Amino acid sequence: MLLPGFAMLFFSYFKELVGKEVTVELKNDLAITGILHSVDQYLNIKLENTRVVDEAKYPHMLSVKNCFIRGSVVRYVQLPPDGVDVDILHDATRREARGA
Amino acid sequence: MSWAGPDNFPATSLADNLDKKLLVILRDGRKLVGTLRSFDQFANVVLERAIERIIVGELYCDLPLGLYIIRGENVVLIGELDVESEELPPHMVCVTPSEIKLAQKAEKDATELKGTMRKRMEFLDLD
Repeated sequence: MLLPGFAMLFFSYFKELVGKEVTVELKNDLAITGILHSVDQYLNIKLENTRVVDEAKYPHMLSVKNCFIRGSVVRYVQLPPDGVDVDILHDATRREARGA
Repeated sequence: MSWAGPDNFPATSLADNLDKKLLVILRDGRKLVGTLRSFDQFANVVLERAIERIIVGELYCDLPLGLYIIRGENVVLIGELDVESEELPPHMVCVTPSEIKLAQKAEKDATELKGTMRKRMEFLDLD
């Protein structure tokens, strides 16, 4: 995989979150909640059982239940508070920083 | 998009969506609907029988586009349209292209007016 060092860390981190419910906020302000189905090296995200946060504002998303989100358009990924093991993340980050 | 994940992990691929009716949202806010025929690792996409769905408030209009190749950098989201459920809320009204263009212009003028009014208020620097 031809990935820069830190992208590998977040890719691995997101892989741990597969199956959890997340809210992805995009750069165009659209926010979508769904179960994380998969992620790839570009941090593209596939969500299942999606629902839009502000449904009335985005009527065209009514029947969309699964979607693919291009990594380049993601602003935030909101996680469940217990979805993060901060210590493990800390250690991984320190290791990456040392290696880079 | 990785074709073969190293740990038999569900890699993100649009292959599951081939030949399905999809909604593609572009960076400029356009919403295209069409059948996915092809894609690549950059999320470049070929949509067959594509239409542009223009929505202004309660009004909408579908403009036929034909066969489209979309450059991946413009793609925001690709959503699978559920065949079982309605694509749009039932209260929405389908109108002609000229009517939707009028509605778009009216919406644009309204936001511009709001913008200029806000600028005037900011200039006054009221607190």
